[in-house]
Parts: sequence; structure tokens; C-alpha cells
Amino acid sequence: MTVRALTLAASLLWVWAGVATAENEAFKLRDYCPPSFEESAAGTCELRTLYDFYDSVQGAGLGGTQTALPAHRDGFTPQQIDLGRYLFFDPVLSADGTVSCASCHNPDQGFSDSLPRSRGIGGQEVARAAPTLWNTAFLNKFFWDAHATTLEEQMVGPLFAPDEMGNSPEALLATLNNIPAYQALFQQAFPQRQGERIQLDEVYLSLAAFQTSLISLNSRYDRYAHGYHAALSEPEVEGLNIFRSFVARCAECHTPPLFTNQQVAVIGAPEPEGRPVDVGAQLTYDAPELKAGFKVPTLRNIAQTAPYMHSGRFANLHEVAEFYNGGRGHAVPKGLDLQLHWHISSPNLTDYELDRLVDFLGTLTDESLKPEVPKQLPSGLAPIDGEPQAGIVTTQKTSGDAS
Amino acid sequence: MNIGKILAVVLVLAAFAGGMIIGKGSQEDAAPVVVESAGSGATYSGGFTAKDNEFTLSGNSKSVAGPPMTDVVVVVKDGESIQQAVQNAEPGTTIQVMPGTYKETVFIDKDGIRLIGVIKGSERPVLDGEGELNDAILFSGNNIVVENFKITRYKGNGIMSQAGNNWEIRNNYIVDTGVYGIFPQLGQNGVVEHNVVSGIEDAAIYVGMSDNVHVAYNDVYDSVAGIEIENSRHAVVESNRTYNNTGGILAFITPGLPIKTTYDVIIRNNFVLSNNHVNFGAPGSTVAGIPAGTGILVMAADDVVIEGNIIKDNKNAGILVTDHSHAANVTIDPESEPNSDRVKILNNTMINNGYDAINEIKALMLTELKTGNPDIVSVGPSTDSCIINRQQYITVGLGGYGDCDFSNTATIGNYLLPPVPPREIKPGDKGKIAYLGICAGCHTYTGRMIGPPVQIIQALYMDNPQGIADYIANPIKKRDDYPEMPPQDYLDEETRLAVAEFMLGVKK
Repeated sequence: MTVRALTLAASLLWVWAGVATAENEAFKLRDYCPPSFEESAAGTCELRTLYDFYDSVQGAGLGGTQTALPAHRDGFTPQQIDLGRYLFFDPVLSADGTVSCASCHNPDQGFSDSLPRSRGIGGQEVARAAPTLWNTAFLNKFFWDAHATTLEEQMVGPLFAPDEMGNSPEALLATLNNIPAYQALFQQAFPQRQGERIQLDEVYLSLAAFQTSLISLNSRYDRYAHGYHAALSEPEVEGLNIFRSFVARCAECHTPPLFTNQQVAVIGAPEPEGRPVDVGAQLTYDAPELKAGFKVPTLRNIAQTAPYMHSGRFANLHEVAEFYNGGRGHAVPKGLDLQLHWHISSPNLTDYELDRLVDFLGTLTDESLKPEVPKQLPSGLAPIDGEPQAGIVTTQKTSGDAS
Repeated sequence: MNIGKILAVVLVLAAFAGGMIIGKGSQEDAAPVVVESAGSGATYSGGFTAKDNEFTLSGNSKSVAGPPMTDVVVVVKDGESIQQAVQNAEPGTTIQVMPGTYKETVFIDKDGIRLIGVIKGSERPVLDGEGELNDAILFSGNNIVVENFKITRYKGNGIMSQAGNNWEIRNNYIVDTGVYGIFPQLGQNGVVEHNVVSGIEDAAIYVGMSDNVHVAYNDVYDSVAGIEIENSRHAVVESNRTYNNTGGILAFITPGLPIKTTYDVIIRNNFVLSNNHVNFGAPGSTVAGIPAGTGILVMAADDVVIEGNIIKDNKNAGILVTDHSHAANVTIDPESEPNSDRVKILNNTMINNGYDAINEIKALMLTELKTGNPDIVSVGPSTDSCIINRQQYITVGLGGYGDCDFSNTATIGNYLLPPVPPREIKPGDKGKIAYLGICAGCHTYTGRMIGPPVQIIQALYMDNPQGIADYIANPIKKRDDYPEMPPQDYLDEETRLAVAEFMLGVKK
């Protein structure tokens, strides 16, 4: 019997088993780590990347081509990561069952949503654009205005904001605890827990576990960085050199290998027509110097996440490059006093150079570790990974009604 | 308890805590403590106590890049391209560049390249950006040497590094070129010496976010900042000549950068002369806030030793120590400590400074009832700072400075390290990390992903890791139901074999 035939037989067996077991059993959490993670002796998943071969000044994870990554979070169990995956795609987390995390952080849209500003329950528009979730494991500041320092702090924002997922902690727990399939899954993910009821911190931890498994570090740029220079075309290498040159200065804030230095910068990007100025990090730090300051976003998978800037003013990367080239402060409204970042200058790049910059940004795309969207969810709702189902209020079902 | 007693108790405590601090005012009235010149008193033990610091080179020339890794030498002649030679070079190659004019940007993303200009008579190779090219030389590799070039008319930087370790930038003449003349950034263990740099709109020599750096025997003039040590640690700046810049030598913490500290900087035996150039820094740049006529400027940096400099004819002040809140043009950063603490001012020769000080300094003089032109000015909190022989200078704002209990830095030759070795990777780790970092994106143990399951590959190649290693370097389409595998020839032979061996041993 060939290996192929054996495998086929095995998969048939698996399908049959899935049909035959009870509904709760149908949701069995994975017992292996996601790709790029190694299972430790303790049974947790630890990230391994080629950047582990390098070091960095002060361990900051910033530098040039062959520089270590910043400190990151991992160490969750395979089950916790997989439970997070179910929760992430499940609209049952929102008040009316219409919006999942993936509504605004759609894996097929660079874990963003292609909208200038995201839409929450009932189709309400929120103030800012959805940032990508690729490589969040490495971040120490969250939100455009940097007002959270952990994923757990971050996620209570969208979960409970009235215009995003609109839920409340009590209602969320009541909903989840009412779904036998979730009760079973949480038991699988947290076998040592006391009691049987699902707790908020278990929900948060699982979502953080899943989000920190979204790794994008194997782009064509990375191959170049690790020493394979043919990975980039000549125009792309030209773009890299413009990117890191001290005329454009992109790499000063979008510093490799993560392509963000995780600082707040005031760049004076314009709001979309008719929108008021967003003061951003001024409120976070209570500092007028940081008025209209926003966290420097990663540029990994940036080609997948148009439109750009905190409120989606720019439709494509060329427009972004033109903005930076347009002269220091050229888009700041008259009378608005901003302390612009010192690297915002007037580089006078040619159109040819702007095109090369855009070419280079395209080399930062790597979605090879895009997670699988669950085919069905413990809640019985359809997984949502796209436009929220604006205005449609569905009755929540339990897994007993599934499929 | 009466008030007098409380005061007395506080004074005693303060004196105890500060070591030798005596109350403000009394120090200048009493007979001065005279500490003899360097060589006689106690010696500064330095802030850098890592075990590696036992490495101290004798002589003037410092080799941190190590000897050439190979004896391969390539010669580039006028009319040829330096970049082409770099691209063709294996790590370890020495590239000799003959006199001539080269209009190109040279970038080095590999290790061990020595880019050496050949000087014949008075001729040396010239890199000319013609006012159009961005940077002249840019490197991210380790163990890079750049010597003997003239660099002119670039829009960006003359020589910049991003994250390379063990660099040597020596004997270059950089004139009228862009933003920074020499700008090593985010690296460790580097030497910048014997360069002539002028006409730079920010810092002529700018060490940014780096560790273990030696800046010596450079001649920097007609720029906004002469030599700037920014968000860096363990740096010696010695025996340079800085003149007619806006500011001569700077030790800074720039807020808002991702590495938040500057400490352990020795500024000694430099000429700091007539740095009175009008400030032509770019609007918004940190250096645009430097008052013209500032010899040495310490902003928020800690453990800065200033010794043996000749500081002359700087119209604003010879030495200015400040915190962030008194500095113009800086943003705030809750994560960086804003004060210049533990500044140590030893003997310096200071002549005719502060004769045209900015109004803020004049006002400060008034509040302390000082007359004359200030040599040394300190504004903002500065904890545990000290000075010796303060009676030789006109100072303002130094009331809180104690007397240093040392007079020289004679035992610290430099803060350089032996070439920082690349991280040691065990062969087993190499295979594992490449497998997890690359292969696992398309292959799982049992399931179908983009590529076939590892189990099937194991069955096919059971005792033949070399077969896998060869295949992944140059894959051919084998299965109709799977996409063709992209070549993994960016991994070197050793890594390809290691990853193949690891893949054959994977069990889940």
C-alpha cells in the first residue's frame, strides 16, 4: 500500500469520526502548535524565526538587515491558540451577533478591512482605521494613539465599545457560558482551572494567544535580509535604498526588522475631507507636544491594507509616498500648531523614486502563515471574516442547533 | 523640635548623601580645593564594567573589524562601478578603489567588506553625488571598513551604517554633503577616526543609538553640530578638533527614539574652538535648537566626563549642561529620563567663552549675582554631578555640583571590544529554526497545506537528507495537485542540509 493510499484512508477515517461523535466533540482544539512555533517541554508554543540568529543593540530589536526582533509574547498552549481562533471569527462576541473580531481584522484583507474607518454593530463608523494584526506578538503599544500596552488591555476596547462590538463583560460571559460547546472548549484550553464557568481572563488570554500566532516574517525582503540578494529585483533594491536613505528616512521610524520602532510620531497627515483633526496621542500622554501624534505602524503586509493612515485618507501607497514628499507640514491645517517629528522633511524625491519606494513596500508581503477560518463555530453562527452584517440582528443559537 | 534643629539635620543628611557636597555658596567663599592636573590624582573607574573591557589597544589606530577574513583583493578603477564590485564580492573581500570619480551609491549588505581608497600622490577616489544621489556609502553588514575616500555633494549622508557591528570609518574627507557626514546607527563596537568633515546641515559625525564607540582625531568644522553622541552608551570622544560649528561636541538623549538612554561618555582632549556658526539646521531638527556659540552641550545624558579639552572662543558658553525641559525643539518622551545626571567636569582649559551668551543664560547669571562671561552653565536638575577646580572657571547653575573624587580618566583607553562575534548557532538549531521559520509555512506533519505533508516527504527521503537539500535549492514540479515549490537557494548549503536532517526527524 502506498503512502498516499494510507493517508487517504486516514482522512476518510477522520471524516467518519467527525460525523459520528456528539456535537461538542466536533470541536476539538488542536493539540499541535501553529507553523513557525515549536512545542516546548512544558507543552507551550514558542516562536522560532531566522531572526533568532541575530542580536541587536540594547536588545531593542531595531536596526538593519540582520538584526534580532524585539521581545515578543508567546508561550501559550496549542489549545489556547486554537480556542482564540474560534473566538476571533465568532460574531457571538458582539452584542447582536453581527460582528466578529475578523469583521475589521479580516485575514484576507491583511487583517484589516479595506475601509478608511472601520464599521461596528449596526454599520456604525468608528473614528479610525483598523490596524493590521500581523506580528502583534512584538508590539508593546496598541491603538493608533498608543493608549494600551497589552493585547488584553487593547481588546476590551473593541469588545465593549458601543460603536464597535457593543458588548458588555456580563453579557459576553452569559452568552459564552450558555453555549455547551464553548464550555467544553474552555475546559480543553484551561484544564487546570477551578470551577466550570468561563471567565473573562480566559477569553482575553485565548484571543491574545491566537493574535500572537499571526506571524509574517518570511517575505521576499526577509530572504534578501538573510543574504539571498536575488530575492529582490533591481527596482526593488533601489526602493530599499531609498527607503533607508537619509533623504527619505523611512527606516528611521519604520525600522527593520519589524518596520516599526513603536514610537509615537507627529507627521501632520491630513484627515479625510471634512473630518476634524484627531488629536491622537495628546490625550494618552496628556502632552500638547504629541497632538496629532500616532503610533508608527508596521509596514509588513502593508500592500494588503489600503487605505492608509489613521483615518484612511490615502487610497494607495503612492499617495502616501507623495504625502511624505510634499514638504514638512504641507498638509497641516492653517492655525493648527503641531510639533512635527524631526524626520518629517522635504526630501524632494523624484516620481521615479516614489515608484521604487512603492515597489519595495510590496516586497514586505508574506501571508504564508494565514490561519484557517473555522468552517463552523461553537456558537452555531456563521464565521464572519469580512463586512459586518450591518443591521441584521440574529438570534443567538447554541451549538445544539449547529448545521 | 525647633526649626533650627530640623535645618541642621537636613544639612547633615544632604552632606552625607551627596558625599562631599557642601551648601551652595559656601564653596566659592572658602579657600578652593585644588586638585592637580591629570596624572596625579585618583582615576575615574568608568561606568562600563563589563568583563570585555579588559581589551584595550595601544597606539592610535584601532582595529575592531579584525584582520581581513580572506586574502581576496579586488581592484576598482576609475570608470568602473564600486557597487558592482561589492555585489560580486564574497564576504571577507578587500575592495581597493583607485583614484577617480565615482558617481554612485554604494550599499553593503554583507559582512567583512573592506572598502579601501587607494591614495596616489595627492589623488584619492572621489564619490560625487552631484547633488542628486541620496547617500554615498550605506552598510548593514558587520566588520566593514571604509577608508580614504573623498565624498561630496550627496543629498543624504556621507557614510551611514544601519545595525552593522565592528565598523571602522577612517581617513575620509567629507565635504558639502547633506544631513550627516558620518552616521553609524544601531550598531556596536565602532571606530570613527582621522576623518575631515565639513559643511553638514546637521551633525558632521553623528553616533546614533550605538554602543562601544570611539571617535578620535577627526577635524570637523562649518557644520551645525560637530560631533554628536546620541542615545548611545560607552563612547569616547577624544583628540578631535571641532571649530566654527554651531555646537562643537554634543552628548544627547533625543526623546522619541526607541532606545532611551545615553550614558558613560568621555569627552577629553579635544579642541573646541569658535563654534559660533549661525545655526542652519533643518526646521524641527533637534540641532536647530542649539544656541550658536556652544562648545560642549550635554542634554539629558548621564555619566558624561569632560576632561582636558581646550575650549576657546565659544560665544554662548564653553560647556552647557541642560535637561529636556530647558531645551528648545525637543518633544516629550515619558520613557526617557530628562535630566543630565552625574556629569563630571575635570580640568579643561577654557578661554574667552560666553562673551555673547543667550538671554536665558544672562538672566541666570543675574539671579546668582555673577559677573563676567560664563565658561560653564548648568540648567535644570543634575543629580550627583561634580567638578574639580571650579575656581578656575566662571560658572553658573553649578551650586549643586560636588567636588569629584578623581581627576582623570587615565586608565580608560577606550570602550572598544574585540570584534563582536556573530551569535553562535549550533548546527541542530540551524536546521530547526529554518524548518520552523520557513518550511512550516507550507508543510505540516500530517495535513495538506500548500505543500505535501512532512510524513510523505519523510517516506520518500528516509535516509537521504542530501536529496532534500538538493531538491529545495532547485525544485521541480512533481505533483499536479500541489503548486510548484519556490527555490530555497537563499539558504546556504550547510543550512539546507541541516534543515533536511531536521525535517526527517520531525515527529509531529
